[in-house]
Amino acid sequence: MADKKSSIKKKPYGKLVIFGAVVITLYAVLLMHQGLVNDYFVRGGLYAFLPIAAAFLISYVHGHFTGYFWTMLGIEAKKKEVK
Amino acid sequence: MHEVANFINLDTANIVYLFLVGFVGGLVSGFIGSGGAFVLTPAMMSLGVPGLVAVASNMCHKFPKALIGALKRAKYGQVDVKLGIVLGISAEAGVLYGAHIQENIKKAFGEAGSNLYVSVAFVVILAVVGGLVLKDALKTYRSGNTSEEEKVTKLARWVQSINIPGTMVYFKSLNAKISVLFTIPLGFATGMLAATIAVGGFIGVPSMIYVMGAPSLMASATELVIAFVMGLGGSFKYALHGLVDIRLSLIILAGSLFGIQLGAIGTTYVKPFVIKLVMGVIMVIVLFSRGLMVPVYLSQLGLIQTLSENTVNLLKNTSFIIMALALILGASIVLGAMWKGRREEKLLQTEGAIEHGKI
Repeated sequence: MADKKSSIKKKPYGKLVIFGAVVITLYAVLLMHQGLVNDYFVRGGLYAFLPIAAAFLISYVHGHFTGYFWTMLGIEAKKKEVK
Repeated sequence: MHEVANFINLDTANIVYLFLVGFVGGLVSGFIGSGGAFVLTPAMMSLGVPGLVAVASNMCHKFPKALIGALKRAKYGQVDVKLGIVLGISAEAGVLYGAHIQENIKKAFGEAGSNLYVSVAFVVILAVVGGLVLKDALKTYRSGNTSEEEKVTKLARWVQSINIPGTMVYFKSLNAKISVLFTIPLGFATGMLAATIAVGGFIGVPSMIYVMGAPSLMASATELVIAFVMGLGGSFKYALHGLVDIRLSLIILAGSLFGIQLGAIGTTYVKPFVIKLVMGVIMVIVLFSRGLMVPVYLSQLGLIQTLSENTVNLLKNTSFIIMALALILGASIVLGAMWKGRREEKLLQTEGAIEHGKI
């Protein structure tokens, strides 16, 4: 019973909501300002850092979100490491 | 420096389509280290995205996806970062050289010549390497010893036995020192394949397993490091020319990050031969997909009699469907194996609880 309680407590509801909100905001900005985004992101030269930075930013935020998402659904790695 | 690219209008159907293709591609990549990307370029082109923009946008989603997959699998102790970086650097050189060869072929023989080169590379490499990987996986399955630790091949034992002073490096995935002079051509070939067919892992993973002696799980996880190194360099190169449509990259990334996490989790539930099985099955099916396109390009080059427009369309559509099926079949094996593994784990937990008198 105690184990069950602690495993329920571990579920990262708060983090899922926070990262989820940030992900939705970022994607909303991207889709609502497609013209502006594409205008800057394809200028080449030093602007080449923009798509790279955006990819890193989304991988950080959305990577956390998707990780918490599967944890919330109870889909986690097998406890014993497989080699 | 900057080239103007025509970017497509994205509607809801396109976004959902890219998200789903990204998810399936991510699932397979998380599991076998690569292999999910080859369908994305044609998938984007089917929406009207120009070829070069599709390649660039695919690459720009690949490196952050590989990063997340590598971090996830590193948590399970499956990643050899040093081997990934060493191979990744030579793979980067291979990508540049592969792209250079592609450009020269295109200049000399035109678009059809370039496509023929890509298709023949697909068919030859996937037949040889895919056949080997699938044969090995089936041999393990039929032997009934699927739980046994993987044996290091004779070739890998020989590679590990060669001592070239000043070039020896210890890699934890091999639990041995090997000369970096062996890693350079293998990494280079991985990069060249990535530049040609968008999936370097079809050379990278089997090289690590059969030539260097790494276990399948570590080889497929380490491939994600190579994909990250290669993808980052390649994306920057394309971004310098303004060819990355970041909307496409990020939408595919949205789906593929869900998939790659799931694929990485899946590796902890399966026996090592399943990695080889998924990789081999995908490689062999894709080989038929690309093989169908060879007559189309031969016809365009005037090397065989001209095919009718209907025949060309039929071959193109069938080829794309087979390619998509390969990915879906691979994803189904991953999900099936994961579901079975989870069910077995739950049964074991229940039995354990009964034995300890908790139930």
